[in-house]
Amino acid sequence: MSRHLISIDDLDRAGIERILDLARSFAEVSGREIKKVPALRGRTVVNLFYEASTRTSSSFELAAKRLSADVVNIRSAGSSVDKGESLKDTVQTLSAYEPAAIVIRSPWAGAAQQITHWTDAAVVNAGDGKHEHPTQALLDVFTLTQALGSLEGLNIWIVGDVLHSRVARSDILAFQRMGASVTVCGPPTLIPRQIDALGCASQDTLANLREADVVYVLRMQHERMHDSYVPTLREYAQRYQVNLPRLRAGQLVMHPGPVNRGVELSGDAIDSNMALIGAQVKSGVAVRMAVLYELLVGAPVLQAVA
Amino acid sequence: MSDSKLFHRQARPAELLIRRAHVLDPRAGVDATHDVLIRGGEIAELGEPGGITAPSGATVIEADGQHLFPAFVDPHVHLRTPGQEYKENIETGTAAAAAGGFCQLIAMPNTSPTVDQVSVLKALTAAAGEQAAVPTGFLAAITIGLQGRELTEMAALSDTGALGFTDDGKPVVSAGMLRKALQYQRLAGGVIALHEEDPDLSGDGVMHEGAVSARLGVAGIPSISESTMIDRDAALARYEGARVHFQHISAVESVEALQFWRSTGTRVSGEATPHHLTLTDEDLLGLDSNFKMNPPLRAEADRQAVIEGLRTGVLECIATDHAPHARHEKEQPFEQAPMGTTGLETSFMAVYTALVKPGVLPLSLVIERMTSGGALYGLPIPRIAAGERANVVLVDLERDWVVGEGGYASRSHNCCFHGRRLSGVVELTVAAGSVVFASRGAGITTPSPEEVS
Repeated sequence: MSRHLISIDDLDRAGIERILDLARSFAEVSGREIKKVPALRGRTVVNLFYEASTRTSSSFELAAKRLSADVVNIRSAGSSVDKGESLKDTVQTLSAYEPAAIVIRSPWAGAAQQITHWTDAAVVNAGDGKHEHPTQALLDVFTLTQALGSLEGLNIWIVGDVLHSRVARSDILAFQRMGASVTVCGPPTLIPRQIDALGCASQDTLANLREADVVYVLRMQHERMHDSYVPTLREYAQRYQVNLPRLRAGQLVMHPGPVNRGVELSGDAIDSNMALIGAQVKSGVAVRMAVLYELLVGAPVLQAVA
Repeated sequence: MSDSKLFHRQARPAELLIRRAHVLDPRAGVDATHDVLIRGGEIAELGEPGGITAPSGATVIEADGQHLFPAFVDPHVHLRTPGQEYKENIETGTAAAAAGGFCQLIAMPNTSPTVDQVSVLKALTAAAGEQAAVPTGFLAAITIGLQGRELTEMAALSDTGALGFTDDGKPVVSAGMLRKALQYQRLAGGVIALHEEDPDLSGDGVMHEGAVSARLGVAGIPSISESTMIDRDAALARYEGARVHFQHISAVESVEALQFWRSTGTRVSGEATPHHLTLTDEDLLGLDSNFKMNPPLRAEADRQAVIEGLRTGVLECIATDHAPHARHEKEQPFEQAPMGTTGLETSFMAVYTALVKPGVLPLSLVIERMTSGGALYGLPIPRIAAGERANVVLVDLERDWVVGEGGYASRSHNCCFHGRRLSGVVELTVAAGSVVFASRGAGITTPSPEEVS
């Protein structure tokens, strides 16, 4: 693994498996009464969030703290970013504190990659525009391996607004890398032209949803309606909502959250035992601990030994 | 054809003997090793290699193994003057042109203020008359402030020196407005040049819509955003009997559209940029903002179509769309960074390295396309023949430049070829009879403007 985690493409299958192994041991730590290990004691992790986020920012914060790092959280609202400071200046300023890692969430594709030029810290992409969200994909893979042992040979459907989803892009890459085949499904207005270049299949309707072993549902944002990507949320729900009548027993349902209950996913599906949504959230901390550990401790130690 | 609409500072006429250069001017039918004597800024003689004795006062350049071409013409540059001199000014922009081997430039009017008034154009031509190293002509805006709502005083602007009209940077969205401009062209003369893009189809796109934008999650600009507007505007031009030029053609559908409209006899022409000829959207995978331009770098099939268009002449000329931006502007996340790449210093090298060296296009065809952009606007074509004003470029095809090494002549550094090793270094540029650029190895120094006056 490179010094940064920007894209799922930074990881080969062995790299992903190494992180899954680490995550398994950190999940064990999270099960203890004192959920802390001293791995990053004395080191600083900066969480730089240019977009609202609840679960990603809280789980990165918890992950760093459970590794005993000092954590600084910067949000764009109320910070110098609000006063018009450029990304470059903000990153260089924060780098003066010599952080070991900068975790960045940005509304702009490529921002995480870009700041690697301006800091000595390891950079973790916590979502860059509609490009990628690699730690979400890793926790999704982790959740599935916990539930099923392996992704090898699985048929995974990703349903909804693929066009605007960084989760979809990272998941398509990660699921395939782990041996699954991926089909994307959604209104033609929300499926990117030439998405098949990523190796996945695409379907316009849910007619064949029963083929799926896993149904990964994406968040349908209300503003898409105003841009005429879909005429109404009602029509969207009629055609693309994942609900119990459309599912068959034995399928697993995932969602990156937050869910629009009753839009992309029905309440009964969320509350059914098919749903892995709670497990995904729980995996988030262990997987992000694994990523920070791998970047800040694991790889350099291995290199020093070799 | 007249060059009375070109403006540049006066410089000392060149006195040069260029010895044993391989002279290639396809239009003049020259393709052989010659001595070339330039006296008083005119080409005095093309002689046998080693056959001309240097007159006293002439600088001798030993050009064994080097090529002498008619100097290049760029019908599409942004000199950012007036108003954005922090990106480029007339002096630095024309210095970049001189370093790239150019003898004629045509500058776009999307400045601040826009070149939409006689007073602005007058000030600009006067400034060019003092500061431009390379003869520079100007297009004026089609509509006031490029807003697409009111026509400029096209006839008066034409009388003041405008070579033609464009709202480049933006399309003329309203078909009715463009139709009026095309009608008015009968009075004002001049070519109407069009940046073709349907803003509805482009939406908030910032790169080519295709496999790479799908991978990156970056909003795409579909090819049809360009080609549907070409079809619309060519139809208008045909109806009005007008003359239009389509700028920076990027897509296979656009080349096909141009082919069709030419076959109907409509007076249309097109240009290709070095970057659309040599790069594709695959180069954007790293989201480096130096590859962000409009129209965007498209897919390999589009690139091949642009190359074919250039080969067959559907695209008559190469134009750089030299678009400098300051470092702090390009050092933003890709989606926020402004669109544009510099191109004057790398135009020939990029095309030579990517297309001529591997045998895709013959050198002579590239030289023709590098020199024909001014003729579309009524400017004389540089020629290497006795009695012609000297407009020549000496190039070492064997010598490489790692682009950016040693700096740029342009004020801005946003070059999409930055860091690439390109062949075909310009050793010497003579424009309008004066030496405007000489590389350190060429054994000649460029006179500064002070020395001349």
